[in-house]
Amino acid sequence: MRSPIEVDGEFADITLRVNGIERELCVPPLRRLIDCLREELGLTGTKEGCGEGECGACTVLVDGAAILSCLVPVCQVEHTDVRTIESDGLDSIQCAFLKTGAAQCGICTPGMITMTRAFLDECTRDGTPVTEDAARIALAGNLCRCTGYEKIIDAVLHTLETERGP
Amino acid sequence: MQRRRREDNLCGMLAHVGRDLERPEGRAKVTGRAIYTADLAVPGAWVGGAVRSSVARGRLSGIDFDPAFDFSSVTIVGPADIPGENVVALIEEDQPLLCRESIEHFGEPLLLVAAPDRATLLEALSHIHPRIEAREPVLDMERSARVFKALVIEKGDADWIARPLATDARLFEGTYRTDSQEQLYIEPQACIAWPVDGDGTCLVKGSLQCPHYVQKALARTLGIAPEKARVVQLETGGGFGGKEDYPSIVACHAALLAHKARRPVKVIYERHEDLAVTPKRHPSRVTHRTLVDREGRLLAMDIDVLLDGGAYTTLSPVVLSRGAIHATGPYRCADVRIRGRVVATNHVPYGAFRGFGAPQTCFAIERQMDRIARALSIHPLELRQRNMLRIGDTTVTGQVLRESVGAADVLEDVAKRSGFDAHEWCESQARAGDTSKRRGLGLSFFFHGAGFTGSGEEMLRGQVEIELAADGVVEVRAGSTEIGQGTNAMFVAIAAEALGAAPDDVRIASPDTGRVPNSGPTVASRTCMVVGGCLARACRELGTRIGARMHDTSGERAPFRERALLYLATGGDARVHVTYEPPSGITWDDVHYRGDAYPVYGWGADVAEIEVDVDTCEVDVLRLYSSVDVGRAIQPMLVEGQIEGGSLQAVGFAHLEVVSTRDGRFEQDRLATCVIPTSLDAPKFDVKLFEHPYSGGPFGAKGVGELPMDGGAPAVASAIEDALGIHIDRVPATPERLLDACARAQTTRGGEPA
Repeated sequence: MRSPIEVDGEFADITLRVNGIERELCVPPLRRLIDCLREELGLTGTKEGCGEGECGACTVLVDGAAILSCLVPVCQVEHTDVRTIESDGLDSIQCAFLKTGAAQCGICTPGMITMTRAFLDECTRDGTPVTEDAARIALAGNLCRCTGYEKIIDAVLHTLETERGP
Repeated sequence: MQRRRREDNLCGMLAHVGRDLERPEGRAKVTGRAIYTADLAVPGAWVGGAVRSSVARGRLSGIDFDPAFDFSSVTIVGPADIPGENVVALIEEDQPLLCRESIEHFGEPLLLVAAPDRATLLEALSHIHPRIEAREPVLDMERSARVFKALVIEKGDADWIARPLATDARLFEGTYRTDSQEQLYIEPQACIAWPVDGDGTCLVKGSLQCPHYVQKALARTLGIAPEKARVVQLETGGGFGGKEDYPSIVACHAALLAHKARRPVKVIYERHEDLAVTPKRHPSRVTHRTLVDREGRLLAMDIDVLLDGGAYTTLSPVVLSRGAIHATGPYRCADVRIRGRVVATNHVPYGAFRGFGAPQTCFAIERQMDRIARALSIHPLELRQRNMLRIGDTTVTGQVLRESVGAADVLEDVAKRSGFDAHEWCESQARAGDTSKRRGLGLSFFFHGAGFTGSGEEMLRGQVEIELAADGVVEVRAGSTEIGQGTNAMFVAIAAEALGAAPDDVRIASPDTGRVPNSGPTVASRTCMVVGGCLARACRELGTRIGARMHDTSGERAPFRERALLYLATGGDARVHVTYEPPSGITWDDVHYRGDAYPVYGWGADVAEIEVDVDTCEVDVLRLYSSVDVGRAIQPMLVEGQIEGGSLQAVGFAHLEVVSTRDGRFEQDRLATCVIPTSLDAPKFDVKLFEHPYSGGPFGAKGVGELPMDGGAPAVASAIEDALGIHIDRVPATPERLLDACARAQTTRGGEPA
């Protein structure tokens, strides 16, 4: 699905790394990252819930930081390392989500998991403690309508235990 | 972190029921492999959309096509292109799929367009201009003269209000309002339709709760036999009632476009369109007149329930029924009259949302109970305990409660755990002094009927089929959908338990009307109790057949798979088909609302702990305690998930989620303005499950889906009242409304309004 902006748009070659693989896309440079991931690369794990940066379902990692792929034109992430729910390095979070019952309908789950990855990595890098309050703040931009967030927060803390040991 | 404290009075005998399994579809969901409708690659598919009305009421006199756009590049469908009937097949069938002439609400579909891609679609839509003569809309339900449904429920001396009152009795009157609420499933509405194939079959795949509803609607629209309409549910990103009936419209629109365009068409709503035109919770006004004695015992009740149904009937009559039946709350009362009506306005039709009328009436009765408690200086817990329904009591419809009544347990437990039993409700505010933040505690007590109202289940006759496949695995075929609540894991646990098999010996067929029988819709807290009950019966039957055959051949306790394969090898009948049979002794009179309104009820009690900023009136819900009797928690972790998630929706309903209209349009039509709770708004949940088994449910299970939606709003409202001393009679209790109420209370000196 093309957005209106690209009806008469020029195409450009854009190089970026997606889930560890070097990719070259020939797309209008203002095409949204989410559309490139889903339609050009078939990575449909990244979900669109609102298209205006309010729900967080489209969260992916760009050079380790969480971004909303519905708000970012692909030209802005040229030469970066993009990671989606389909990438490696998410196993412990994915297992924690299963174990604690943090995934119900599952539509927010990919965004929750990528955001959790960014949060935990940031805590490790900065040496800040992973607390329930910090997790709630980190995930406040990711909406979930099923769980009440309780079990998602449980999953984040549970991941920490498995990754760092008790 | 340990929140599950179950009353384990039955467990131990069971191998799978009561033990958490991994969701069968869980791995696909957490790895991004699960396929939702928008994820499905359909080569050659076009995208569809609608031209919609820009007014709440009017007359469509024509449609202009701007020649600046080349319309030969798209497909256009108008009412004349509908091969079957131009109707949304539901209860009354007053709603057209495409407006004929009379426009009844904003956003009503007038014309459909399909295009090769979204950009062309939007371009085409922008060049189509309906000619509409606007008319004066009816937007105030209290002034509507058109009634979709009216009902009266009477018990005992229903006309008590007309007689002189006993001298030592006191009469309390209160009017309570609830606004609308958006379901806000995170995956918007979505369906894909394929054109009718050589075999005459139309295929639709989509995000939906009730594949057989969609099947029925498609058959009427396309003028084909129902079995020629094949509906497949894909992974569904939340429903909460919002995907109960509305997907029929999305699917029919997609199918009409696919039929004319002769290619598959995807109709995937953008969030704005979804918020602007899909049904939401019915706004309500409920008036209570309650007669009580000095000890606070309920002597008589007179209740008036009014719902705004919006422009078309949709599901409003059944929403009203459920709302009215729950209007007395879980309380005993001899003389009752309930009048209910749901009226037509020119709002976008209101529809199904978790709770289905009961959250509105539950809010009203719980606030009324608090009003009585405060006036009589009786502790709110005490007042509820004095009046709560017990085994042997009779409900407002004359139903005698014979079993599975956890009322006393949940009420006592939640009060004890939260400290509400020792809390001086509505007196803390006097003690609070001048701090800028005040804390409050509030209690609610509620029940929720499991399954369809009245004779619904008997008429539906839901079916389940199981078949022992060649690999020795039992396939479960049901029309019930997994929409996040845990149908798959719950079915696996029930089937494995009833078969004496391992969870691996069971697989769940995906809901496809071409392969699964009609189990009835996935609504009304019925999937576990009704469909799960049928599944347990089917599995026991198969297990018995296998056991009987095996006595002649091999040892008794070989693993299920081995026994199953042997059974198949000896020519055993592999398939069992079960139809729901209502429990014996159930009676219902649809005209007079007398009898067993529901086979059984779930019971719950909540305590909300809040903090409110006295200057801004912003409310922070800190903790929500829930004690809930679910009969049997087939999958305890999933049940907790239902309670936590449902309770948060109720907390949002209480103070955060605003849905307002102007000129018949929802003002919150983008996610930037339509607010639901985030992880920071969510309280810490403290859930405890009770199990008072129900003999008619699988392993004692009742329903749980809707129950937690009932209690959150009145508990939060009660806690705000505790903190601020003002009576809260409307939700959402936004800061703006609270500031107004505080100002009014100050001018009238004293919190209790007249």
